[in-house]
Amino acid sequence: MSEPTDDAAAPLQPVAPGEVLLEVNDLKKHFPLTQGIVFKRTVGHVRAVDGVNLTLRRGETLGLVGESGCGKSTVSKLLVALEKPTSGEIVYKGRDVAKMGGRALKQYRREVQIIFQDPYASLNPRMTVGDIVAEGWSVHADIAPRKGRLQRTQELMERVGLNPDFVNRYPHQFSGGQRQRIGIARALALQPEIIVCDEPVSALDVSVQAQVVNLLEDLQDDFGLSYLFIAHDLSVVRHISDRVAVMYLGSVVEEGTDTEVYTSASHPYTQALLSSVPVHEPQLRGLKERILLQGDVPSPANPPSGCRFRTRCWKAQDICATEAPALVDRGQGHASACHFAEARTVIPVDVD
Amino acid sequence: MSTASTSAPAGQARAGSGPVLEVDDLRVQFRTDSGLVNAVNGVSYTVSAGETLAILGESGSGKSVSAQAIMGILDMPPAEITSGRIMFEGRDLLTVSPEEQRKVRGPGISMIFQDALSSLNPVYSVGYQIGEMFRAHRGMSRKDAKKQAVELMDRVRIPAAAQRVNDYPHQFSGGMRQRVMIAMAIALDPRILIADEPTTALDVTVQAQVMDLLKDLQRDTGMGLVLITHDLGVVNEVADNVAVMYAGRIVERGTVDDVFGNPAHPYTEGLMSSIPQVEAKGGRLQPIGGQPPNLANIPSGCPFHPRCPKRRTGADALPGRHCAEDVPPLRLVVPGREAACHYSEEVLGV
Repeated sequence: MSEPTDDAAAPLQPVAPGEVLLEVNDLKKHFPLTQGIVFKRTVGHVRAVDGVNLTLRRGETLGLVGESGCGKSTVSKLLVALEKPTSGEIVYKGRDVAKMGGRALKQYRREVQIIFQDPYASLNPRMTVGDIVAEGWSVHADIAPRKGRLQRTQELMERVGLNPDFVNRYPHQFSGGQRQRIGIARALALQPEIIVCDEPVSALDVSVQAQVVNLLEDLQDDFGLSYLFIAHDLSVVRHISDRVAVMYLGSVVEEGTDTEVYTSASHPYTQALLSSVPVHEPQLRGLKERILLQGDVPSPANPPSGCRFRTRCWKAQDICATEAPALVDRGQGHASACHFAEARTVIPVDVD
Repeated sequence: MSTASTSAPAGQARAGSGPVLEVDDLRVQFRTDSGLVNAVNGVSYTVSAGETLAILGESGSGKSVSAQAIMGILDMPPAEITSGRIMFEGRDLLTVSPEEQRKVRGPGISMIFQDALSSLNPVYSVGYQIGEMFRAHRGMSRKDAKKQAVELMDRVRIPAAAQRVNDYPHQFSGGMRQRVMIAMAIALDPRILIADEPTTALDVTVQAQVMDLLKDLQRDTGMGLVLITHDLGVVNEVADNVAVMYAGRIVERGTVDDVFGNPAHPYTEGLMSSIPQVEAKGGRLQPIGGQPPNLANIPSGCPFHPRCPKRRTGADALPGRHCAEDVPPLRLVVPGREAACHYSEEVLGV
């Protein structure tokens, strides 16, 4: 073994709470578009993720919002190393994941877990709940000694609010909310540092959503977990997140604390997004500013030049077509990728 | 804050004209291998011209099945309408002949669905599918029907309608497909439009466009709109009245302002407090405990009682109002508000 390989496999060093745990720098993922059956030619690329920067500190929740097709799920797959980035780097505990190998990569894969959106498709129907939760231990055997695994599985089930006696049942015997709890128990089993939650409550009924959100919050407090919480529901993201990043067509357009982003949104897209969310309080109806966007999101295979949002933006000027705005603070106290960033309160402040 | 709620919704202003659609004690059950599933258990509501009635409920609450019964598109069997009346323009749709039903429903009641892609035929152009309405019900020629289709596509704000009329469903985005569905639905100027989760599959910015379009069309045509949804925000923003469904029953009904402002049923109250708000960070969520009921085995008494924080059983219950035994009827609690809870007055605080 040569020197660098040993380095790559060296174990990862722990990080103190509040310190940067994961950093994503200019992350890109382009999927090739091919034509032809026998001789495949690449005719273009879908720029699903095109220059994303994120920072996740230990013990915090970073919310990632955006509409379908903006690349948020691709980000989650890149983070758990289910996809390889085209370029850019993911730095975990100070080490570039792409340069990790051996033990370090195995440790990374264990410490960064994921919960999926669809609790019906993400559990193997032929495995019992106990087998699903314990499956990770067959790879990471050092986490749970072989002997106490059943007991450990039942403890985990109890922790996520499932009856431990159901350890031998199959996924179809559970409701959607309970299945999502199984997915959470599976992620917890490997004692992760980060859980990437990819739309974890979108498929659930409203009355069950709150149960799962509360469970995630409790687990974070108990185990010091960090979450990357990906969702399209802006209310849920605001509720659970410490900081929020808004994505549009493959890149982050605005980032800040939840209060900064929700009460003084400075990117036109964020403003339009917030103004589209229906409010629940009758007395707030009509007080909200209405910004109706025209048209649809452009194709990520052929994104507009300069600022991605300019084709739907009411503020667009000539500069927007030529120069892509950087994601920097333009005097609003938080980062915004707009040449004409201007803080604006779109949603009314709650009266009580 | 009275400013927001003073402008009387169109439905109330025009309510004097009497209901267009009247559903009375509708019951639907499904015969399945695992037994009898009681999907709709005595649902009654009325819709007037220009009114927007929201039917709010979670999956399995019977909200879609009741709408499908109105449209006559339930698969029977396994479904079976065991009782009830569906009165439209003075006729009971459940008793007239299928031929007659088609004549009445075709131009009178239309419906749009959540998944526009699977509701459209992939091998016909959208123009052909929209025009089909005119050919089938008005006997128009293909050429005239296509001309009408272009006009309708314009009306639902599909850009470059004249060029896109020959495109196929897969060439449209989700929001545009839903507009095509809406164009088909309003083609014959229906008096009632049933929208079953019309925006659930759409992104929020597109949802806002589609809801805006539906409201504008309603204002122009004066049709009654039945909006089936699980989204409290959508109900709050577009509906005049709301009926909250649980386990195949309506558990609360009233104006949106009243119901959302001060719920009279613990289930509605639970829904309101379990949802995070976009306008404030808020504290910990207060979820409703337990799981939605199994419709093959609905709890005795009040179907919500196993999950209800305010249930009264045993010695606490008043005579005849035992939550685990006596089924609470939907009754008038205060003027303009009905609720199916034995203890609505306490929930309301009146």
